[in-house]
Amino acid sequence: MTIEVKNISKNFKKTCALNGVSFSLEPNKIYGLLGNNGAGKTTLLNIITGRLLADSGTVEIDGESNLNNDNALSKCFLLSADNLYPSDMKVSGAYEATKLFQPQFNEQYARELAKRFELPLNRKITALSTGYASIFRLTVALSVGTPYLLLDEPVLGLDAQHRDLFYKLLIEKYAENPCTIVISTHLIGEVANLLEQTIIIRDGRIIQNLPNEQMLSGGYTVSGPAVAVGQFVADKKIISQSGLGGLLTVCVQGTPPERVPAGLELSRLNLQDYFIQLMNKEDGQNE
Amino acid sequence: MQANFSADRPIFLQLAEHLEAGIASGAYFEEGQVPSITEFSVAYGINPATALKGVNLLVEAGLLYKKRGLGMFVVSGARDKLLQKRREKFLEDFVQPLFNEARHLGIGADELRQIIERGLLEL
Repeated sequence: MTIEVKNISKNFKKTCALNGVSFSLEPNKIYGLLGNNGAGKTTLLNIITGRLLADSGTVEIDGESNLNNDNALSKCFLLSADNLYPSDMKVSGAYEATKLFQPQFNEQYARELAKRFELPLNRKITALSTGYASIFRLTVALSVGTPYLLLDEPVLGLDAQHRDLFYKLLIEKYAENPCTIVISTHLIGEVANLLEQTIIIRDGRIIQNLPNEQMLSGGYTVSGPAVAVGQFVADKKIISQSGLGGLLTVCVQGTPPERVPAGLELSRLNLQDYFIQLMNKEDGQNE
Repeated sequence: MQANFSADRPIFLQLAEHLEAGIASGAYFEEGQVPSITEFSVAYGINPATALKGVNLLVEAGLLYKKRGLGMFVVSGARDKLLQKRREKFLEDFVQPLFNEARHLGIGADELRQIIERGLLEL
């Protein structure tokens, strides 16, 4: 029960969107797919679910190629900003239609969710606001029951209360009926504690793919008076540093020490800071 | 609820400490049921695997036990065990930081004794 992505490349005219991307998705894990705008996240998800064809490379879903393979593709559901329903279809009609394509779709649950999010069932999908269009897609994704659930910017345009509700419903769904979930989002801080593993993509290449625990325990930050921090990190590998007045904060690569000298503060990396620092470092290398 | 977890230590450890504090305070009473993995995950917005890891720390420490098909319960005697553990760590957790701060502020041993005496009187 895995998705194997092997050596996928994709070009749009002169732009290289994906360049030799390989990874696998293990069963019943929650993955984060992170990358800046234009990194290739959406293209990658579209190729996995057969909405786009790769120039080269293969995608295997449970050992079967996804090309023209309805059986393999029916195991994946992709939530994306694209509307795949006819423009005059209403929310309730769309639920009925989804049932035809996704036999495991739980229409009753989708309707319950619509009620909780106050999504009007008799509104045309194309007439929904950005936030409610997102909510509509979420209600389908949470009810679809496929072994693979790919979520591309699931909370686009949602207010804080609805985002919170969605994360809670997603965990509830996952805890009760585990499946493999991939979440691609820019709101890293909000999902960080949900993710078991994070795939970081940049300029069409995967630059990191590690369990979060491993990724975040591979470094730490120390801050304090510049001189003391400078002495402490003198023999260590520095990822990045920033100063503010006489205060210096340094992000160090390596296992966090048990304790630091008095006056210094030690903290773990969080996923969002780690991501930003990694991107800054890559920017620096490209200059 | 996510905001309750800080970034400086792994989440599963913080969940374990939260549970320990709950048992020590009596919020989770002995032979009483604690929330399920799903409930913890949903309430704190964390991966169920992380929640399981945190809860398992307490199972290994003999503070929680599993009743098949029912859920997790607090072992009787767990509260005393935790309070004893806190006593043992009192020096490390509270007295050491006090000394560090005193040194930082230039408060000498005699002055520190006086401050503690004064604190005791105000109790």
